[in-house]
Amino acid sequence: MQQPNKLSPFFENLNFERDDNTMVINFGPQHPSAHGQLRLVLELDGEQVVKAYPDIGYLHRGIEKMAENMTYNEFLPTTDRLDYIASTANNYAYALAVEKLLGIEAPRRAQVIRTMLLELNRIISHLFFIATHALDVGAMSVFLYAFREREFAMDLMEDYCGARLTHSAVRIGGVPLDLPNDFMRNIRAFCDKVDYELEHTYNALLQENRIWKMRLEDVGVLTPEDALSWGCTGPMLRGSGIPYDIRKEEPYELYPELDFDIPVADTNDSYGRYRLYMAEMAESTKIIRQLILKYDGTEPQLMAHAPQYISAPKEEIMTQNYALMQHFVLVTQGMRPPKGEVYVPTESPKGELGFYIKSEGEPYAYRLKCRAPSFFHTGLLQEILVGTYIADVVTIIGSTNIVFGEVDR
Amino acid sequence: MAQHQVNYASAGGLPVALTTVDHLVNWGRSNSLWPLTYGLACCAIEMMASGASRYDFDRMGTIFRASPRQADVMILAGTLSKKHAEFARRLYDQMTEPKWVISMGSCANTGGMFNTYATVQGVDRIVPVDIYLPGCAPRPETLQYALMMLQKKIRRESANMKNNTKSNLRLI
Repeated sequence: MQQPNKLSPFFENLNFERDDNTMVINFGPQHPSAHGQLRLVLELDGEQVVKAYPDIGYLHRGIEKMAENMTYNEFLPTTDRLDYIASTANNYAYALAVEKLLGIEAPRRAQVIRTMLLELNRIISHLFFIATHALDVGAMSVFLYAFREREFAMDLMEDYCGARLTHSAVRIGGVPLDLPNDFMRNIRAFCDKVDYELEHTYNALLQENRIWKMRLEDVGVLTPEDALSWGCTGPMLRGSGIPYDIRKEEPYELYPELDFDIPVADTNDSYGRYRLYMAEMAESTKIIRQLILKYDGTEPQLMAHAPQYISAPKEEIMTQNYALMQHFVLVTQGMRPPKGEVYVPTESPKGELGFYIKSEGEPYAYRLKCRAPSFFHTGLLQEILVGTYIADVVTIIGSTNIVFGEVDR
Repeated sequence: MAQHQVNYASAGGLPVALTTVDHLVNWGRSNSLWPLTYGLACCAIEMMASGASRYDFDRMGTIFRASPRQADVMILAGTLSKKHAEFARRLYDQMTEPKWVISMGSCANTGGMFNTYATVQGVDRIVPVDIYLPGCAPRPETLQYALMMLQKKIRRESANMKNNTKSNLRLI
C-alpha cells in the first residue's frame, strides 16, 4: 500500500476493492465539467450514486492567512481571486465589512456606481452560469451565445476599471474613479441587449427545448427543508421556494431605494433554478436602469471623508501639506481601524457572501474569515447526489454554480 | 504529340512543391495545436473566453480537448496548489509526445501574489514550460499571442523530437 506523504495524502489510499456490489469511481480533480478543481469520490450501484464524497482543497491558496499579514488596502486585490467570475462582488463585500468596522459610509455617487457594478457583475456571473451549465449538459451553442453577451459586459468593466476579470473596482470608502464618458449610453444599450437576448435567444434556445427539459426537470431536487439545513443561500435557496435575499432582508447600499422583485422558483429542481437565473438577470437590468437616473445630480465626491483612514483626493494631496502627511502614513503603515469584530453579509451572485474581520487595532486584521456561498453548496453535493444517476451528476454540479476560488480560498 | 514547352522560370514554377519533412510535419503540428481543457483558477475563465465567440480560437486550429491523450498543449491556467501538483504532473505524463506547455498567468509562472504555504511557486517546478505568459489574468489576446509564439517555436524545431536540444533552437 502506498504510504501517505506530502504529495499523495492519506485519502489517496481509498480501498477500491470492495465486498459489496458497489463501485467506487473518482471524478476529478481535473474534469471538464467539474467547474474547477472539484474532486468527487462516487460510490455507484450500477448507474445510481449511493454515496458521494466531495473532496476540496485543490485550489487552497491560503488567502485567509494572507489577510493576517497584509494591510487592509493591500488585501483588497486578493479578494478578486475568490469568486473570480464576479470579482466586484467580493471587493464590495470586503470593503463593506471594513467600512462598517471603521464606521464610515461611501458618498452618494460612489454608492450609485458600486450598486451599478454589483448588478453588472451579477449579469456577468449569471451569463457564465448559463454558458457553462448548458455546455455541461451538452448545448454547445448556448455557450457561444452567452459568452458573446458576456464580452460586452466585460467591455463595460474594462471601460470603468481597465481590467476584464480581476477588477478591484470597489475600494474601502468608495470607488477610485468616476464613470467614463460614454458609460451611461453603453450600459443602457447593454441592458437593452440583454433583455432582447434573454427573450429571443436563451428562451428560444432553452426554455421549451425538449432535451434541455428532459435533462433538467426533476433532476437535483432540493427540498426547502434540506436547503435550509445545509446552509444554502442565493439562487439555491430561492430555487427551493424560499424568498430569502439579503438585498431585501438586510438592505445595504442603495437597495432600499430601488424597486425590484425577488424571483422564486418552487419546483425545487435544476430547471426551476435555471428559470430563476434568467429572471434574476432581467431584474438586474431593471435595477441598472433605475440607477442610471439616480446618477445624475449627485455630488462628484467619490471617496468618504475620513482623514484618519482614507487618503484625501489626489488634488488635496498635491496642494495641502497635512493631506500629504496623512497619505504618507496611510500608505507606509496602513490604516488602523478601532478594536472590534464585524460581519457583514451581502448578496453575491451565488448567495450570501460575507467577511468576518477581527481587529486588534493594528494595521493587519487579527483574523479574517470569508463566508462563501459555494462552500456550502459543495457540501450539499453529498446529500443531493445520492440516488441520482451518474449522467445527472454533471447537471447537478452545474446547477449548484460553485466556484472553487471561494470554496478553497 | 504536343510540342509545347513550359517555361518553369516564368510560369509559376514546377508543378511540384519542394519541402523538407521537417517543414511538412511542423506545418501540421503547429496549425493543429489542441490544448487540454485544464482550468486551475481565474485564468481558466479567460482561457474559456478565448475559446468562445469573440476570440474564437477554433480559427487557428486550436480546439480544446477534454482528454490528455488527444491533447498537444497543456495550458496551465491558474494557481497550482501543492495538493494539485501531483495531478498536474500525472496529466502531463499522460499526454502523448510531442507535447508543449504554456504557463498562463503570474501564479503559474512564479506563484504570483500567492506566496503561501499552499501554492507551488511556479509550475516549472513540476513540468517543463515552453512559453510563459505574464498577466493576472492575461487577456485572451495575450493567450493568442502565446499560441502564435508557440507555433513559431514549433516551426523551427526538428520533426524528430530527439534533435531538439536547447543549443539547436535559435532564439526568436
